[in-house]
Amino acid sequence: MRENVVIRTVSRLAVPFIQVFALYVIVHGASGAGGGFQGGVVFASSFILMTIAFGLSSVKKRFNNKWIMICSIIGITIYAGIGLLCLILGGNYLEYGIIEATLGIPHLHGYLLDAVEVGIGITVMAVMTSIIYDMAERRGESP
Amino acid sequence: MRAKALLAVLLIGIILFWAIEDMPAFGDPQAPATQYTGELYINSVLPDIGIENIVTAILASYRGFDTLGETVVIFTAGISVALLLRRGGQL
Repeated sequence: MRENVVIRTVSRLAVPFIQVFALYVIVHGASGAGGGFQGGVVFASSFILMTIAFGLSSVKKRFNNKWIMICSIIGITIYAGIGLLCLILGGNYLEYGIIEATLGIPHLHGYLLDAVEVGIGITVMAVMTSIIYDMAERRGESP
Repeated sequence: MRAKALLAVLLIGIILFWAIEDMPAFGDPQAPATQYTGELYINSVLPDIGIENIVTAILASYRGFDTLGETVVIFTAGISVALLLRRGGQL
């Protein structure tokens, strides 16, 4: 890939803001517009920008395929684990109200929704990044 | 063949425009779509769950099992793309 100072500098500046905005969208899911799916895609778009600007191999040094698989499994495990916790505490699967009633912490239901959104966000981010990696590699050489 | 296709498109278009008259006005509180479960969710989300965002409450709590399935679908899609495009490389 050709060296381009403008693209590299702008994306170096933009990537942290995109990631912070993605975390904001994920965590803000319970009280405003936002959620795990949207935030995960925004987070993955920061990796797409890094892939376009710096090349696939330098991004893969920071976030390789092994960690992508681990992250996508962690996200689903958070979600399913919260559901299983409800089952252990004597409710139905994914019945969050049981956890709030058993532990006696107020507003825990909303926090559990936030945790679920975080799990969704991690999975979506990892899967989108994985697809982008595979499609970028498909071209033959890594740019 | 093109004349037949054009005729079909025109006919369906006329039927659809004809049906617009019976649609409820935008944001009409008397519309059938806002009559039943919408009212129920608006009234019961805050006492049930305690968060302000009704969409997230429905998505993650009332329809939590569905959303778990959606997440698994996305995970499966990622696995499938990896299997199809990576062709037996190291995971």
